[in-house]
Amino acid sequence: MAPHRTTQTRTSIIHLRRRFQRLSFILPALIFVVVMMAFPVAYNGWLSFHEWTGSARRAPEYVGTDNYTELFTQSDRFFPAVKRTFLFTGVVVTAELVFGIGIALLLRDAFPGHTVVKTLILLPMVATPVAISMAWLLMLEPTIGVFNKILRDIGLTPQPWLGSQSQALWVLMAVDIWQWTPMMAMITLAGLLSLPEDPYEAALVDGASSLQSFFHITLPLLVPTLLTAVLLRSIEALKTFDIIYTMTRGGPGFSTETLNTLAYVRAFEYFRLGQAAALLVVFFAIVLGVSVIFIQMRRSVSMRQAL
Amino acid sequence: MFTSRFSVRSVFSLLVVVSLLLGVSPALAQGGEEFPISDQYAGTQIRVIAANHPWNNAIQRLIPDFEAASGITIRLESYFEDQLSQRLQIGLTGGTAEADVFMFRPLQEGLLFEKNGWVADLREFAENDEAWNLADWQPGPMGTVTSGDVLFGIPIVTERQALYYRKDLLEEAGIEVPQTLEELEAAAAALHDPDNGVYGIVLRGQRSAAVTQFSSFLYSFGGQWIDEEGNSAIGTPEALQAYEYYGGLLRNYGPPGTINMSWPQAIAVFAQGQAAFYLDADILYTNVTNPEASLVVDKVGFAPFPEGPAGRRPYSVTSWALGMNATSENKGAAWEFIRWATSPEIVRKMQSEFGQSGARSSVWASPEGLGGFPPDLAEAIVINGQTGVGFDRPRVIRVGEARDIVGLPIVVAIEGGDVAQAVEEAHAAFQRFLEQEAAEFGE
Repeated sequence: MAPHRTTQTRTSIIHLRRRFQRLSFILPALIFVVVMMAFPVAYNGWLSFHEWTGSARRAPEYVGTDNYTELFTQSDRFFPAVKRTFLFTGVVVTAELVFGIGIALLLRDAFPGHTVVKTLILLPMVATPVAISMAWLLMLEPTIGVFNKILRDIGLTPQPWLGSQSQALWVLMAVDIWQWTPMMAMITLAGLLSLPEDPYEAALVDGASSLQSFFHITLPLLVPTLLTAVLLRSIEALKTFDIIYTMTRGGPGFSTETLNTLAYVRAFEYFRLGQAAALLVVFFAIVLGVSVIFIQMRRSVSMRQAL
Repeated sequence: MFTSRFSVRSVFSLLVVVSLLLGVSPALAQGGEEFPISDQYAGTQIRVIAANHPWNNAIQRLIPDFEAASGITIRLESYFEDQLSQRLQIGLTGGTAEADVFMFRPLQEGLLFEKNGWVADLREFAENDEAWNLADWQPGPMGTVTSGDVLFGIPIVTERQALYYRKDLLEEAGIEVPQTLEELEAAAAALHDPDNGVYGIVLRGQRSAAVTQFSSFLYSFGGQWIDEEGNSAIGTPEALQAYEYYGGLLRNYGPPGTINMSWPQAIAVFAQGQAAFYLDADILYTNVTNPEASLVVDKVGFAPFPEGPAGRRPYSVTSWALGMNATSENKGAAWEFIRWATSPEIVRKMQSEFGQSGARSSVWASPEGLGGFPPDLAEAIVINGQTGVGFDRPRVIRVGEARDIVGLPIVVAIEGGDVAQAVEEAHAAFQRFLEQEAAEFGE
C-alpha cells in the first residue's frame, strides 16, 4: 500500500506544480487586468454611490442612488449632453466613413507619387490634438482669423464660428472629421487591397458597370471591415475630449458640452467626484451598448456571408 | 614662551573679531539692507510644484542665491495652470508629502484646499518672523489668503483690473480718458468703427472666464455675489444693471465671437490694433507692450478702472500664492524658502525687474518698486489698490461650479437674450448651490 500512496502523492505534486506553472504564465496579464482595468472600474462604480470632494479629512459619504437620481431628474445639463454626444458621434462617424471610402477608392490604384500622398494624408491623425486645436482656434478667430479673411475676400459674410452657440458644435465636428478621416481611409484601403479579384472578373464578363460592381461587389465585401472601422471610430468619437475642451471648454454657454467634458468638469472643477463617477457609469454603459450592437452586426454579417 | 604667548593672543583676537562680525551681521540685516537667511536647514531638499507663470520663471533665476545662502536644495517642477491644479489635487488627495511647497490660486482653490486639510496654517511662522514683517502686507491681497484665523498662503502675485486704451485713437477723436463707466460706453460707441477694422471695446465673454472681469463691474454698480447672510445677491437690480451693461458693451461695440473669448483671445484682438478699449488684469500688460506680440506697443495707455454708480470698486486680489503642504516633513525648511521668496528684497526685484506685482506696502511705496511698470500703469495700480475688493469671484469652495452659474447671464446678455430671466434663473440656481454647500461644509 505504502509505495502506491507515494506515487499518488508524487503525481499530485507534479500535477500541482504544472498547474502553478501554467498559472504563473498568465499571472502578469491577470495582475495587469485586475490592477489597471478591473479595479478602476469597480472603484468608480463604488464611488458613484458616495459623495466625496477628494478630502483627506473627510471620507467618502454613502449616499445610495442619490447621484443617479440627481443625474436623471435634477441636472439640466445631462440630457442635452447625451444628445450632443450622440449627434456629434453620428455626424462625424458618418462623414468620416463616406470620405474615408472615397479617399480609399482614389488611393487604391497606384499613381505617380501615391506613397507621398498616403503619408501626407496621415498627418492630421498623428498631430497632437491640443496643438491642432490651438491652430484651428487661431484660424477660426472671428476678427483676426484666416477663415473670415477668406470669406471677406470672396465677398461672403464672416461667421462667428466658435463664438456662436448654434455653430460651435458643427465647427468642432468639422475639425474632428478633418482629423480622423485619414484613419477611416487607411482601414478601408487595407480592406480594399485584400479583396479577391475573381468576383470582379466574373462581373466584367457579365457586363456589369463600374458603379454596379462597386455597389454589388465592393461594398458588400467591405462591410465587415467597415463595421470594425466604424466601431473603433464610434468608441473614440463618443469619448472625444481634447478638441472640445481646448477649443470651447464646452461653451459658448454649454452648447458644446458632451458627456465626457461634463464628467471632467464635475470631477475636477466642481469637486463632485461621486456625481462624476455616476455619470461615468452611465457613459460606460452607453459606450458598451454601442460596441455590443456593432459587434453583433458584424457577426451576423459575416455569418450571412459565410452562408 | 614669547612665541607661544603671541600665538595665544592672536588666536584670542581672531576669536573676538569673528564673534564681533557674527554679532553685527544680524543687526545689519534688521536695518533692511539684507534679508537674513538661516542655514540651520542646510542639506535639506525641498520640493516645489509651480505653475508655468512669469513669477516662476523669475524665481528660478534667483533660486541659486537662496541655495547658496541656506544650503537647502530646491527641486522645482512646473506645470500649466490646469495641469497644476489637477496635479496638486491628485497629489494632495493621496495625502502624500511629495511636495513641500506649491503655487496655487487662493481664489480658485484656496477654500477647498483649506477645508480639505491640504495646506498648512502659516500664521505662527508669519507672526514669529520679525524680519519678514507681517505688518508690511497689504490687507486686500492678505484677505484673499485668510480664512477665519487661518493663513493658508503667502501672496506672490497680485492683480487689479485696469483700463487699457489706445492713446492715438482717443487723441484723434478728441476724447478724454474715461473716468466713469458712462463715459467708457460713450467713448466705445464713438470709436466703434468695424468697417475700418476697429471695434469699440473687447472684454472676455466666455461663460466662466468672464466672471472675474465682470466682478469689478458688479461691485461698481453696487452689486455683490453673496450677501452678508450667505445668500445669493445676484438677483438684485444693481446686479442686473451690471450684467446688462457688460453684455451691452460687447454686443454693441465688441468684435464678433466674444462669447468664446478668454483673455488670450481678447487681448490678441486689442494687441492687433482692432479694439479701442480693453479691460482686464493689469499684470497682462506685457502682452501689449511686447513688440513681438503687439502692434500697438507705442499706442497703448493705462488708466484705473472707471467709476460706476457705486464708485470705483475694481477687484484687487492675490492671484497666486505659495502654500505649504500640511503633511510636509520639512516645514521649517519650507518656511525658510517661502519667507525668502516673499522677502522685501525679492518682492522688490520681482516688481522692478520682472514686472510681477506683489503685496508689500513698503515696496509699493518705494520708487524702485514701481520701476518695472509703465508710469501710467503704476499710477493706475496704486489708485485701483485704494478702493479694491479682495476677491474677483464668489468666495465659495466649488468655485468652478459657482462661476458656471453666475457666468451664464453674461453670455445671454452678450447675445442679446432675455437678461432679466437669465439672471433670475442664475439667482435661483446660485441660491440652491449656496444652501447645498452650507449644508455640506458647514461647521
